Amino acid sequence: MSILSAIITLSLIAGLFGLILGYASIKFHVEGDPVVDKIDAILPQTQCGQCSFPGCRPYAEAIASGEAPINQCPPGGEATMLALADLLGVEPIALSEEHADEPVKTVVTIDETTCIGCTLCIQACPVDAILGAAKQMHTIIESECTGCNLCIPPCPVDCIAIVPVKIEPDTWRWPLPEQAHTAPGA
Amino acid sequence: MSTASPIRRASLPEQLIIPLHQHIGENSEILVTKGERVLKGQPLTVAKAYVSAPIHAPSSGIVTDIAEYPAPHPSGLSTLCIVIKTDGENEWADLEPVSNYRDLSTAELRNIIRHAGIVGLGGAAFPTAVKLNPGPDHPIDTVIINAAECEPYISCDDMLMRERADEVISGIEIILHTLGAKKALIAIENNKPEAAEALQKSLGRTANENIHVVAIPTIYPTGGEKQLIKVLTNKEVPSDGLPIDIGIVVQNVGTTAAIHRAIHFGEPLISRIITVTGNGIKQPQNMDVLIGTSMAEVIQQCGGYTENAKQLIMGGPMMGFSMHTDHLPIIKGCNCLLVETTEQRQGMQTMPCIRCGECTRVCPANLLPQQLYWHASSRNFDQVQDYHLFDCIECGCCAHVCPSHIPLVQYYRFAKTEIWNQERDRKKSDHARVRHDFRQARLDREKRERDERLRKKKEMLEKKKQEESQASTAEIDPKKAAINAALERVKMKKASTTVTPKNTNNLTEEQQKKIDEVDKQRQASKTK
Repeated sequence: MSILSAIITLSLIAGLFGLILGYASIKFHVEGDPVVDKIDAILPQTQCGQCSFPGCRPYAEAIASGEAPINQCPPGGEATMLALADLLGVEPIALSEEHADEPVKTVVTIDETTCIGCTLCIQACPVDAILGAAKQMHTIIESECTGCNLCIPPCPVDCIAIVPVKIEPDTWRWPLPEQAHTAPGA
Repeated sequence: MSTASPIRRASLPEQLIIPLHQHIGENSEILVTKGERVLKGQPLTVAKAYVSAPIHAPSSGIVTDIAEYPAPHPSGLSTLCIVIKTDGENEWADLEPVSNYRDLSTAELRNIIRHAGIVGLGGAAFPTAVKLNPGPDHPIDTVIINAAECEPYISCDDMLMRERADEVISGIEIILHTLGAKKALIAIENNKPEAAEALQKSLGRTANENIHVVAIPTIYPTGGEKQLIKVLTNKEVPSDGLPIDIGIVVQNVGTTAAIHRAIHFGEPLISRIITVTGNGIKQPQNMDVLIGTSMAEVIQQCGGYTENAKQLIMGGPMMGFSMHTDHLPIIKGCNCLLVETTEQRQGMQTMPCIRCGECTRVCPANLLPQQLYWHASSRNFDQVQDYHLFDCIECGCCAHVCPSHIPLVQYYRFAKTEIWNQERDRKKSDHARVRHDFRQARLDREKRERDERLRKKKEMLEKKKQEESQASTAEIDPKKAAINAALERVKMKKASTTVTPKNTNNLTEEQQKKIDEVDKQRQASKTK
C-alpha cells in the first residue's frame, strides 16, 4: 500500500513538473539565437570582410557557433576582441597576425576628375554610401562611409583613395597621461 | 589682482577671427560669403538645430576668409572660422530693440535670445535659449544667478556687477518673466562686498521683491552649478539629472547682462568681459573684448607679458587649458586669460598613488577619485562609469591635494573622451548595420522582383508559343486549301489546255486504216 501511494505521489509530481516545463518552453520561447545579435552589436559593422566572412553578421554567426576565433576583426581592433571575450566568457587572445594592424579610422574619397562613372564601386559598397549613376560622376557620402575599402578593388581607373578621418576639436580625445608605476630610483 | 582698475574696452582690432562653433551643440550654417561687407551685429550664421547658437559680426568690415584657423581648444586643432577685416567704422546693422518685453510671449523672448547667439558665459557656453525652455513638465520655482566666480584669479563677473549692476538686474527680471519663476537668488561670494553693494543699490531702485542677493562662503568650487544649488537650497541634483528636475535654473551673471542687451537694445552677443591676469601680465585687469579678437592683442593692451612669463592658460588656474600659442581668438566661453610664471606642475614628479584618500575628502561631487583613477588608467570604462565619472565636474581639487602629484583630472578627461568616442563608434556602427540590412533587403527584393519578372516573361512566351501552335493548326487549313485550290485550278487548266486534236475525229474506216498503216511504219522506223 505504502509503495503504491509513493508511486502515485511521485508520478503526480512528475506530471505536474512536466506540465510546468512544457508551459515554460512555450511561454518563454526565444526566437533565433540572441548570442548572435549580441556579438553582432559589438562588431563595428564596416562589413569589410577582412575577417574572411562576408560581412559582420556572418562572422558573428561563425563566432557563436564556435567556427571562428574572436580575434579576426581588424577595424574593431583590440577593444572589440576584449569586448567579445568579456561577452562570451573566453580568454582574450592576441589579434591574429594577419589582422593585427592598429585600427585607424578611414574613409575613402573619389577623385571626381578621374571617375568614369562605371558604377562598379556602387555595387560593391555594403552600406550604400556612394552616390552616382552610369556615366555620371560618383561621390562618397562621407558620413555614411565605414572605411571598409571594398570599393577600391573594383574601380577600373583607380580613382578611389583612402583618407584618415579628420579629427575635429569635438572628436578629439585626451591622451592617457604618462603613468608612474615605480617610484624614481626604485 | 585684476580688480584694481575698471573694465577697459579693448581697442578695435584690425582683424577678427570668429570660430563657428563656440557653444555646446550642433554647428550653425554660414550666411555670408567671402568678400562680403558685414555690419556690426549682423548674423554670420544661422542656427538650424535646436541646441545651437549663431554668431554675429563683432564689428563692421569685410569677410576676408572662411577657413580653418587654430582653435582655442586643448587639442590645438583647427576649426572653421570667419575672418573679418574691420573697417573701423563700427557701423551697426539694424537692431530691433523690444520696448516692453512683458508684451511678448515667452516663446518670442526665447527666440530673440536664441537669435542673439547668447550662450552661458560662465565657461560652458551652453545655448541660453535652450536652458530657458524647461518645458511644461518642469515648473521652475527658483532662478539662481551664479555670481560666484568659478575659479580663483577670475574677476570678470565681480567687475561686471560692480559697474553694470542695473543691466544684471534687468536681465534677471527678463529671465524671471520668461521662466515664470517665483524668485531669483543672486549667489555672490562673501569676498565681493563691493559687487553685492552695487546689486543691492540697483535692487533698491527697481524695488523688485522677488530678487535677493545671498552671500555664500568663498570656497572653491562653489561656482559649480550643482555645488551652488546645494549650498543655497540644500537640495541635490540627481546624478543623471539636471537642475530643472528640482525646479531650478542657474544662469551666470554675464549671461543676464547679455540677455538685457539683447532684449532692450537688440544687440547680439558680440563681446564679453574677460579677466587678463597672472604674474606673467604687466597690468592685470578686466577687458571688454569683441569676440574674435586675438589673445595676443588683448595681452598687448594689458601691457604685455612680463619677462618671466611662462605659460598662457585659457580659463582659471584649476580648470583652464594650457595654450601653445597666443594667436588664438577670444570666444564666447573664454572668461579668463591667465599667464603663469611657472610651468603648471613644474618640478612635480608624478609618484605612485599611496592611497591616502585626500582626494576623496576634498571631492565636491562626493565621488571616489582614487577608484576613478585606477579604472581610468587601466581603461576599465564600464567600471569608471559605475563610479559616476560623469558627475565629475573636473574642478581639479583632487589633483591639487594629491601628495603624489598625479594629474587625476587628466585621467578623467581621458576616460570621458574615450567613452564619448566609443559611444560615437557604437552609434555609427548601429547606423551602418541599419544601412547594410536595408541594402541587403533591397537587393533581395530586387532579386525577387527580377525573378518574378523573368518568370512572368517566360510564362508569357510559353503561352504565346502555345497559342501560336494552336493557331497554326487552325490557320494552316485555309492556307492549304488555298494552295490545294490553286493546284486544282492549275490541274484543271492543264487539263483544259491539253486538248486532243480534233482532225482525227469522225474518220472513215479507210482513213483510219491509212492512219494505222502510217503509225505502223513510224513504229517500224523507230525500232529500226
